[in-house]
Amino acid sequence: MEYNLTTLQPVLPEMFLLAAACVVLVVDLFLTERTRLVTYGLSLLTLVATLGLVQYAAGPVKEVILDGSFVRDPMADVLKSALLLVSLFAFVYAKDYLRALGILRGEYYVLGLFAILGMMVMISANSFLTVYLGLELLALCLYALVAFHRDSKTGAEAAMKYFVLGALASGMLLYGISMVYGATGQLVLPEVASMIAAGNADSTVLVFGLVFIVIGVSFKFGAVPFHMWVPDVYHGAPTAVTLFLGSAPKIAAFALAIRLLVDGLGELLVQWQDMLVILAVLSMALGNVVAIAQTNLKRMLAYSTISHVGFIFLGLIAGTDKGFSAAMFYAIVYALTAAGGFVVVTMLSRNGFDAENIHDLKGLNDRSPWLAFMMMLILFSMAGVPPTVGFFAKLFVLDAVVSVDMVWLAGVAVFFSIIGAFYYLRAIKAMYFDKPIDNTVLVSAIDTRLMMSVNGLAMLGFGLFPAALLGACRAAFGA
Amino acid sequence: MTADWPIISATIWLPILGGALVLGSGDKAPNVSRWIALLFAVLTFLVSIPLYTGFDAGTAAMQFVEKTPWIPAFDVHYHLGVDGISMPLILLTTFISILVVVAGWEVIQYKPSQYMAAFLIMEGVMVGVFSALDAMLFYVFWEAMLIPMFIIIGVWGGPNRVYATIKFFLYTFLGSVFMLVALIYMYFKSGSMEILAFHDLKLDLTEQVLIFIAFLLAFAVKVPMWPVHTWLPDAHVEAPTGGSVILAAIMLKIGGYGFLRFSLPITPDASNELDWMIIGMSLIAVVYIGFVALVQQDMKKLIAYSSIAHMGFVTLGFFIVFMITARSDVTSGAVLGMQGGMVQMVSHGFISAAMFLCVGVLYDRLHSRDIKDYGGVVNVMPWFAAFMVFFAMANAGLPGTSGFVGEFMVILASFRADFWFAFLAATTLIVGAAYTLWMVKRVVYGEIGSEKVAKLQDINGREAVVLTSLAIAVLILGIWPAPLIEVMDASIDNLVRHIAVTKL
Repeated sequence: MEYNLTTLQPVLPEMFLLAAACVVLVVDLFLTERTRLVTYGLSLLTLVATLGLVQYAAGPVKEVILDGSFVRDPMADVLKSALLLVSLFAFVYAKDYLRALGILRGEYYVLGLFAILGMMVMISANSFLTVYLGLELLALCLYALVAFHRDSKTGAEAAMKYFVLGALASGMLLYGISMVYGATGQLVLPEVASMIAAGNADSTVLVFGLVFIVIGVSFKFGAVPFHMWVPDVYHGAPTAVTLFLGSAPKIAAFALAIRLLVDGLGELLVQWQDMLVILAVLSMALGNVVAIAQTNLKRMLAYSTISHVGFIFLGLIAGTDKGFSAAMFYAIVYALTAAGGFVVVTMLSRNGFDAENIHDLKGLNDRSPWLAFMMMLILFSMAGVPPTVGFFAKLFVLDAVVSVDMVWLAGVAVFFSIIGAFYYLRAIKAMYFDKPIDNTVLVSAIDTRLMMSVNGLAMLGFGLFPAALLGACRAAFGA
Repeated sequence: MTADWPIISATIWLPILGGALVLGSGDKAPNVSRWIALLFAVLTFLVSIPLYTGFDAGTAAMQFVEKTPWIPAFDVHYHLGVDGISMPLILLTTFISILVVVAGWEVIQYKPSQYMAAFLIMEGVMVGVFSALDAMLFYVFWEAMLIPMFIIIGVWGGPNRVYATIKFFLYTFLGSVFMLVALIYMYFKSGSMEILAFHDLKLDLTEQVLIFIAFLLAFAVKVPMWPVHTWLPDAHVEAPTGGSVILAAIMLKIGGYGFLRFSLPITPDASNELDWMIIGMSLIAVVYIGFVALVQQDMKKLIAYSSIAHMGFVTLGFFIVFMITARSDVTSGAVLGMQGGMVQMVSHGFISAAMFLCVGVLYDRLHSRDIKDYGGVVNVMPWFAAFMVFFAMANAGLPGTSGFVGEFMVILASFRADFWFAFLAATTLIVGAAYTLWMVKRVVYGEIGSEKVAKLQDINGREAVVLTSLAIAVLILGIWPAPLIEVMDASIDNLVRHIAVTKL
């Protein structure tokens, strides 16, 4: 195969991002504290340019290049665009917070860019090796980011936990991959699928491998019982890192699940469906119930993430194109919502004070009605109350499970979402019904405020007009 | 009929736009936000009037229909329309909303712009609930109502407001999510989200019973019916006056409306099977809750319980239909019961609003809702006393007031179903009179209770306008209910015929 710019067009965004991240790294070396904003600006430019290239390379036809290890299809286009947009939000949000903490260094952005590259590779992976390559690139960057505030004890502890558990999960995933490779003799996902479909693979070995792959995927999602790292990492990491970690990687995890479980092991749907049902129900139950007991906002949002993962799984469980597109809608919406939720936490912080408890939200409506209103939209969206977009995300996955005759599962899901509503309401209660315990004026940069408003209003905007995003998700799966 | 311009959309979005404007105006100039709020509330009422004047009472078909695709992938449409059941309730909503804005004029000093905005947004959303013809659109409006009400009770409520508002939210949320599953299930069965398509959807009895129960959870909580009524007294007591008025006058009606629009036509056989349960719950509400109201010390709580008892009439009127049609010796009465329920809903909208406003007038002056803190109010507030006595009489069902019409129609219809139903329902005429008039006696009449009462000022012009307009509405509806009954006649008749046909 000949390599030139035309044949490499589908992988152009990734190549550009790699080059640009290296440039940012080098440029940053020559900057002083005062000119650090150049790195910030360059990183944002990189994201915007990559987004442009993704749009440029996009198209309705699926393209497979690099000897079958890289694929660009409509799903990849939508997921990458969403990923880059959410990361753009995260990068803007991080600046003020990092500066207040005295750790506004170029590495945050460089590591972030490499993590995004890893996620983009995961989204476009068409073979087990590409999946693993992307996953590890992402994971290594995230481990370093969690430990980014090196004087923070909780940060170091969180990074250590994340690293050990993450390495274990990666090992499990790799082990599962090796089993499937052993059974099928293939690494390229569609080839694996056709080998299984042809009945040329030992089903015991396959299912054995599948169990480990599901464990690996569940770990990356943070589904119960592989969720232990989530609250500690969310809590320990600097909030700006939690913001990034809690949003964009959910989109990549969704891609990981689709590539491995659907593109590669779609023939084993019946087997992994049952596993995911257990994981989904446990995640929704534990996530929502334990979140009630939290007083730390970051931990509460961490448990809330776990419960949302359960909902994303519901779409996968349906096993239909409708279900996958619903799960995709959910993952994208959730990433955006989570970014918005964490940014409010960062905006409450300032020099020397790291807001992270629910009581820090008290009286927010008195201190900044606009910020409180945005946070309210975000929390109602997480709770799934219309007219916010979170409702439609839930609606679509519920519809997907009902349409495969799993009404009971939909019943379980809505039951736990009622329990979930309670702790979101408690946060809203703190903002609106309680008197402020701290009357310091909230200051934030104009770019953060602007992006935060866009983010909050997007909850309402996508809620009133969900058709466009849903249409894109549907088109990604040809449904 | 269809109009040249989207009247229903205007009635929904005008107040929401007004709410956004009021919210944007901030609290620096509270009077500006108040006037904007009033302007939009009045405009909305004016815009909604053509729904009545242009209404064709001769047909049960949906009128003023608007339909555009909303979520094509799900076949969800922005589909609005009214019939004789929803139109009166929309007018009730736009009318009461003006009164709520006026009633909160000087009383609300803490963040008045947010207060007014919440009510305006609430108004638009409630109109949306009554006019949505697409199940998903209905559900979006239905749930969206919770957000402003949650804020209203929680921010401007009484001392125990947080408990009350979270209880209110979770109770109603619990009720409605199962309805969502039922709606999705019917979408799965019929491939359409149209409510009218659900009406014609064939369902077997098990499906119907499960769907009926899911709806019952949603609507019974909203109405509220015994035994899921316990959120209401808490919410009413803690809510600010305006919140109580909207809650009692309109939100409770949404539960009743849900029975007419969803439960009865979609699951007629299950409704027929389980009508004993609803009738039982309704009669318990009428009789037992009536006695509970008798012993209340708190005026708002008393009116809240009286609301539950009165709403018992509504559900009774809706569900005795099956017993009446099942009896071979009775040929009419089914329509009467349903019409009675509808009249009772509208009438209770006026009367309960008025009662809560009366309590609000007293509360604004003395900051107490305890009956024992008052006494002899008539000596210092003669005008107010006149209004309060009048509304209390209406609440007790005095002939000539609207309270009498609905109750009487339902009792008449119950006679055709079973003598004992009518007997039990009619006890409200005694118990209702007892708790209402006894409260009036203790609050309004007698010796002046305390020095504080002696210093009370009579109602001002603003309060007089509010109470007078309600008094006129109660009187007109009581003396001449024909216009209301005429507009709903065709729709109710159609509904009764629809539910007589089995879907099995």
